[in-house]
Amino acid sequence: MIYIKLFLSFFQIGLFSFGGGYAALPLIEQQTIDVNGWITNQQFIDILTLSEMTPGPIAINAATFTGNQIAGLLGGVVATVGVTMPSVIIVLLLAYFYFKYQNIKMVQGIIQGLRPAVVALIASAGLTIFLTAMFGHSAFPFQLNQLKIVSVVLFIVSIFLMRKYKLSPIQIMVLSGVSGIIVYAFV
Amino acid sequence: MKNNASLYKTLFKSTFFLSMFTFGGGYVIVPLMEKKFVNELKWITEDEMLDLIALGQSSPGPIAVNTSILVGYRMAGILGALVTVLGTIIPPLIIMSLLAYVYRAVSTNPIVNNMLLGMQAGVAAIIVNVLYNMASRIIKQKKIIPIIVMILALIAGIILQVNILWLLSISGIIGAMTTYITLKKTSTKEDEN
Repeated sequence: MIYIKLFLSFFQIGLFSFGGGYAALPLIEQQTIDVNGWITNQQFIDILTLSEMTPGPIAINAATFTGNQIAGLLGGVVATVGVTMPSVIIVLLLAYFYFKYQNIKMVQGIIQGLRPAVVALIASAGLTIFLTAMFGHSAFPFQLNQLKIVSVVLFIVSIFLMRKYKLSPIQIMVLSGVSGIIVYAFV
Repeated sequence: MKNNASLYKTLFKSTFFLSMFTFGGGYVIVPLMEKKFVNELKWITEDEMLDLIALGQSSPGPIAVNTSILVGYRMAGILGALVTVLGTIIPPLIIMSLLAYVYRAVSTNPIVNNMLLGMQAGVAAIIVNVLYNMASRIIKQKKIIPIIVMILALIAGIILQVNILWLLSISGIIGAMTTYITLKKTSTKEDEN
């Protein structure tokens, strides 16, 4: 049954995403595209785009939207509950031990060890997102004539604005969205 | 302190509004949560809040959800945690469900399509920027093991397509071992003194 599958997939996503919303991306990609084939690369990026634009935790936004795309309103609820459940269980256990012993050094040490691997995992999801944005797909081989010049320019300008003028993600989203509407009307 | 009903109500209202009106995910919500519970309500001390935030970041799942669970638990036990987790996930649940309908209705509209196409490049830039910040933080520590783990995980994840769960488990074990060794070293040093 689709709801049970959806719940189990998002439970796994919640359980193994260490380090916040972006750490959930490679897991969402793996579960919804590679393992179950529920959504396409293009939809994955649209979901991420919309999650970035709306308020609230990004992983929850992405879970609700993905679940909804796959199995309607109830699907969205099931995916959201699934992604939240591991947090509730594990955090409560940790909180219990923390308030009892006030020592979290070992837990923090393990997490610090995870961080480099999490960076690498986000990079692998980031590569899919980057390639799809630039070429329209993420499978080899890539041809130079597939390269979307507008996307390349928007990408470079966005990076520049974030690094030099510290623009926030939401400002980048609004700017790149408006640029898309204006530029593609003429191209 | 206050009576129970109003405590739950304040917990729910605080987390609901933070989740409803804060753009940018956990890294933006958590500092605002700190402001709300430490500075405005004065329910939790600064030091304790820092511990709760560290715990929230150490647990799997969305950081904003984790931190809200901890605050709820700290203030009113398991029931408090339930109240704050609902407060945090209900706003995105409503907003994203509505948005999913709108998306299906307008995703073929040319103007919406052009906007999403433009935003794709923006999202790619945001992720590359996040990655740059995370990777440079690890490199700046100038510790050899994390840098090696990062490079190996990159190769294993992207080129060899090794399963995510393997990569996480192995690096977690390496993290546990290095922490154990450092903790042991510092404690023997303390013994000598």
